[in-house]
Amino acid sequence: MFLSMNWIGDFVDLSGLDKKALIKNFTLSTAEVEDIIVKGEDVSGVIVAKIASIEDHPNSKKLHLLKVDTGAGLIDVVCGAPNVRLGMKVALATVGGSVSGMKIAVAKVAGYDSYGMCCSEAELGISDDHSGLMEIFEDAPLGTDIKELYEIDDIIFEVDNKSLTNRPDLWGHYGIAREFATITGRELKAPTTHDVTPYSSLPAVEVSIKDPSLCYRYSAIKVENVTRKVSPVNMRIRLYYCGSRAINFLADLTNYVMLELGQPMHAFDNARVDKIEVQTFDKPFKFTTLDGVERNIDETMLMITSESEPVAIAGVMGGDASKIEDTTTSLLLESATFNGVSVRKTTTKLGLRTDASMRYEKMLDPELCRLATERVLKLITECDGGARVISSFTDSFVYHYPEIDLSFDKAYVDRYTGIDIPEEAIVKTLTGLGFGVKAEGGNFEVSVPSWRRTKDVTIKADIIEEISRIYGYDNFDISTSVSPLRPVRTETLKSYEDRMKDILVENYKLHEVHSYIWSDVKKDKELGIETPAGVKIINAETPDHQFIRISMIPTLLSFVKENRAYADNFGIFEIGHTVDGFKKENGYCNERKKLGAVLFSKTRSEEELFDTLADLAKEISANILHKEPTFREADVRFGFEHPANCFSVLLDGECVGFLSVPHPTVLASIDKKSAVAFLEIDTEAFAKTDKLPMSYAVPSKFPEIEIDLTFNADISAIRFDELKAAIKATAGELLSSVWVHDVYEAEDGSCSVTFRFAFVSPERTLTKQELSPLTEAIAAKLAELGLNMKI
Amino acid sequence: MKERIEALSASFAEALGAASCESELEALRIAYLGKKGHIAALMQSLRDVADKKAAGQMINGFKCEVESKLLEAGEALRRAAIEASIRSAKKYNPSLNKKRELGSYHPITLATRDVEEIFKTMGFTIEDYAEVVDDYECFEALNIPKHHPARDMQDTYYLENGQLLKTQTSAAQNAIMKKYGAPLRAIFPGRCFRNESTDACHENTFFQMEGMMIDENISISNLIYFMKTMLSEVFKRDIKVRLRPGFFPFVEPGFELDINCLICGGEGCPSCKNSGWLELCPCGMIHPNVLREGGIDTEKYTGFAFGLGLTRLAMMKYGIKDIRDFNSGDLKALSQFKSN
Repeated sequence: MFLSMNWIGDFVDLSGLDKKALIKNFTLSTAEVEDIIVKGEDVSGVIVAKIASIEDHPNSKKLHLLKVDTGAGLIDVVCGAPNVRLGMKVALATVGGSVSGMKIAVAKVAGYDSYGMCCSEAELGISDDHSGLMEIFEDAPLGTDIKELYEIDDIIFEVDNKSLTNRPDLWGHYGIAREFATITGRELKAPTTHDVTPYSSLPAVEVSIKDPSLCYRYSAIKVENVTRKVSPVNMRIRLYYCGSRAINFLADLTNYVMLELGQPMHAFDNARVDKIEVQTFDKPFKFTTLDGVERNIDETMLMITSESEPVAIAGVMGGDASKIEDTTTSLLLESATFNGVSVRKTTTKLGLRTDASMRYEKMLDPELCRLATERVLKLITECDGGARVISSFTDSFVYHYPEIDLSFDKAYVDRYTGIDIPEEAIVKTLTGLGFGVKAEGGNFEVSVPSWRRTKDVTIKADIIEEISRIYGYDNFDISTSVSPLRPVRTETLKSYEDRMKDILVENYKLHEVHSYIWSDVKKDKELGIETPAGVKIINAETPDHQFIRISMIPTLLSFVKENRAYADNFGIFEIGHTVDGFKKENGYCNERKKLGAVLFSKTRSEEELFDTLADLAKEISANILHKEPTFREADVRFGFEHPANCFSVLLDGECVGFLSVPHPTVLASIDKKSAVAFLEIDTEAFAKTDKLPMSYAVPSKFPEIEIDLTFNADISAIRFDELKAAIKATAGELLSSVWVHDVYEAEDGSCSVTFRFAFVSPERTLTKQELSPLTEAIAAKLAELGLNMKI
Repeated sequence: MKERIEALSASFAEALGAASCESELEALRIAYLGKKGHIAALMQSLRDVADKKAAGQMINGFKCEVESKLLEAGEALRRAAIEASIRSAKKYNPSLNKKRELGSYHPITLATRDVEEIFKTMGFTIEDYAEVVDDYECFEALNIPKHHPARDMQDTYYLENGQLLKTQTSAAQNAIMKKYGAPLRAIFPGRCFRNESTDACHENTFFQMEGMMIDENISISNLIYFMKTMLSEVFKRDIKVRLRPGFFPFVEPGFELDINCLICGGEGCPSCKNSGWLELCPCGMIHPNVLREGGIDTEKYTGFAFGLGLTRLAMMKYGIKDIRDFNSGDLKALSQFKSN
C-alpha cells in the first residue's frame, strides 16, 4: 500500500520533523516500510503561462509555433500538443528548469528555437495522461510556480501489505496518521465531515439484509444532481501517487475515501439501483462485474441485489450494469461492513482480489460506515455546489462487536517488558492510539476503541505490544533472564541418529543426502520399481509426487543412478521420515524415521558391498547399543529387493530393518556392470531396544590361549549367531571369545570354516591338554548342528 | 712381564685398528679377555713373578685398557653403521597425492549441529518432531482458528486421512510444552513443507529451527538479549539486532527480527536492499492462548519463541546459491561438506 505524507499531513501536523526519519521509525513501531519515493524532485522551474498566439509550423503538420505569456513577457515555444488553444493557461517548463528528470534548455525544434516546454500531466509526473497539455484554471496568476498551486511535492512510502494483516485500522491514511501522531506525540485531527442528521426526515433507502450473519452493517444514502465529471487536481494527484487511477469524479470520490479512511465504498447509478437487498442465492448463476468479466457466483457468495436483480458481489466488486457512467448524475452510495471470512472465501473462489475485498478480509470496524459516508458527502458538496442529498442516511446496523475492557497493573507491564516504562508514557501511548484509559496508583482500566477490537486487541498481552512498540524496542535496556540451574534433557533418538551419521560418514565414508518425503513415481519407473502405494497427499502438485514414501531405498537408488559417473565407489545415506500406512488405534499416519544406506561400486563385488553393509549394521549396533544384530532370511516386501538375498535385521529378536541387493531388473536399469547393495534401519525401532550397559571384567593375569578348529560347512547356510550361542553354552566360562577366523572354498566347491577359540582362566595358565575335553565337546555339539570337524 | 705386556699392547692396538666389524671385535675380545686369552695367560704366568703385586697391577691396567678400547671401538662401529643406514635410507615424499576417500555430511546437518551446540551450552534441550502432524498441532493449538487468514498464508499439503505435512516447526510447540511443562528451554529443528512452486530461492521442502524459553518473568528485554547473544554466536561476531512489530498468531507481541547486513555491515548494499538490515527470524512472546493450550499456567509463566530458517542459514553460511541443491542428491555439490 502506498501512503502520501501530504495526505497524512491533513490529520497530523508533522511540520519541522524529518519525514524520512519518521517513516523509518514507522517500520520500527508499526509496520514494515518497503520503499520511500520522493515525488516532485524532478520538477522545477514550471510556471503558469498563457498561450498568447498560435501559428502553424511551416515544416510540420503537428507542430505549432506559440507565443507564450509568462507574466514577465512573451517567449517563443514550439509545441506539438493537439489540445493547444489560444488563451489557455498551461504549465510551462522554463529554460533552466526541469521535468521528468530532463533539463530544459533552448532547443531547436524542426528549425525553430523553443524557449521552454508546455507540459502534459504525465510530463509533470502527476498522472499518466500524456494526451495533451495540462490546462490550468482560469484565475491562476501568470508566472506562479506550479508547485504553489498543486501538491506535486510529496513523499510516498510503501508499506508491506502482509505486515498490515492484523491491523484493519491501518488500511487508510487516517489510521496511519493516528500512528504518526502517537509516535511523535502530536495531535490527531479528525477528518472534516458533512453531518447526515439533518436529512433524517427525508425518505429512507429501502435496505433489507436477508443474511445478517454475513453483513454486519449496511448503510446507504442517495445524492442527485452531481454534475462534476473531473476530480480536483490535488485529489487526482494523491490517487495517482497512491497507485490508483483517476476515472471520474464519483468513482474517484469512493476510492479517495477508501484510501483515506480504509472503508470501501460503492456508488451505484441511482437511475438503475434504487432498492437494496443483501442476500445469497440458492443456485449458482453468472454475473458480469464492472471490469466486464463474467463470473460464476455460487450459493455461498453474498450478493447485493436490487429488486432481486444482482448488482454487486458484496465487498468485492460492483456489477457492470449498474456502474457509474460519465452520464451518471444521481447515485446510491453504499457504505457497508461484510463478514471478512465470507469475503475472503468469495475472492479466493473467484480469483478476484480487489482493494475493497482486501480491506474487508481484515475485519473492518463497522463504526466506519457513517464516518465514511459523511466524508464523501463533505467532498461532494465541497466540489460540486449543485449536488443534493435526497434520502435519509439509512443504516441497518446488525452486528456490533462487543466492547472490550481490560484491566492490568504496572507490575504486569514491568514483568512482560522487563523494563520500567513510566505510567505517564503508558497513558500517553494508549490515549494517543484511541484507547480509553483510567490510571490510578499503578492500576489501569482500558477500553479498546472500536477500530481495534474487531480482532486485533482482545487480551492484556495485546496492550503490552501497543505500549512497547511505541516506546520503541530500540530503547529497551536488554538483560539476561535469571533462571535456576537445571539439567538439560537429551532426546535419545536424536543423539543416536547423530552417532549413526558420524559412523557412516567418518568410518564408512558415506555421503549424506536429503530427498523429498514423497516417492517419485516417474523416477521409480525408470528404475523398474513399482512405487509402493503409500499414504496419499491429496493436493500434490503432480500425481508423480502423490505418495508418501514407505521406504528410503527407491529415492536413494535413483540418486545412485544419477551419480554413477561421480566415482567408481561411493555410498550414500539419509535419515528421513517415512509413513507406513495408518495406525489402527486412531487412523493417524504410522510415521517412521528410517536410515537408508546404499553402496555402489564398479570395482568391488556385490557380496563385498553386502558384507560392508552387514558390518555397518553391526557397527552401529555395537557402537551405540553395545549389542549385536542378527540377520534372518526374509521375503521381499517391495519387489526391488533381490529374492535370494533379502535379510531382515533383528535386535533382541525384533525386526529393525532389512539388508538386500537390488533385483536383477533394477540393477540392470541402474548399471549392469556395477554392484549395488542397500540397508534400511528403522531408527525408532533401533532406539527402542535397550542399550546394554558397559560391562567390565577384571582382566586375567594369565595368558590367553587360542585354539583353531576347522569344520566342513555350507557357508551360506551357517547362522553364526546360533552357533555362537551353542558354543558358548557348551564351553562354559573359560571361553572368552570365538570368531570366524577363516573361510576356505576348495576347487571342488566344498567349503570349510575355521573358528578361533580364545580361552582364559582367572586363576592359572591353561594348557592345550586340559582344554582338549572342552574342544571335543564343542566339536561334538557342532557336529549335532551339522558341522563336521575337518581332520 | 713389562715387556710382554707392551708387546701385547702393541699387537692389540694393531689388531683393533684393523677390525672393521662387530664380529672381528668380538674375536679380539675373546683373544685377549677370554678364558684362554692373552690376559688369562698373563695371569697364569704371575706364579713365576717375584713382585706379584706390581705385576698384577700392571696386568690389570692392561686389562682395563683393552676393555675400554674394545667398548669404544664397538661404539664407534655402531655409530658408523647407523650413520651409514641413515645415508642410504629411502627418501619418502609426503606430497604424493593419492585419491583419498572421505564421507560427507549434508550441509543442513552441519548448520543444524552448529546451532545446536550453541543452544546446548545455554541449557536448551534438543527435540525432534514428526513431519506428519494434525490440524490441531499445526494451527489450532497455535491460536490459528479455522478461517484465519494465517492459514491462507501457507499452502499446506494435506493427506488423505486429514493429517498434513507440517508447514512450520511451531507445530511441535504444543506437544513439547505438554511433554516437559514449565519451566522449559527447548529447540526443535525440523523439516517443513509448503505447497509452492520451486525455483532457485523457493523450495516446497525446507528446514527451520524453532526455539522456546518459558519461565517465570521471561520478558521482552530477555528476548532481545537472548536473540542478540545467540545470533552473535551463530555468526561468530557481534551482531546488531533490531525488532519490528510483526504479526504471527502464536505470539503477542510478535516481532520480525532484523540483523545488520552481513555483507555491508549496515551501510546499505543490494543484498539488504540498501536498508542495512536483513530480516532474519520471526519471534515474540508466546501468546497466552498457546501457553494455555500447552497446559502452562499463564499467570505464573511467560516465554518467548523464535524461528530460524536453517536452510537459509546454510545458504548464507556456505554460499549456496540455489536452494534446490539441498534435495538434489548431487554428490558433486554435497560431497564437499566433508566434516564437522
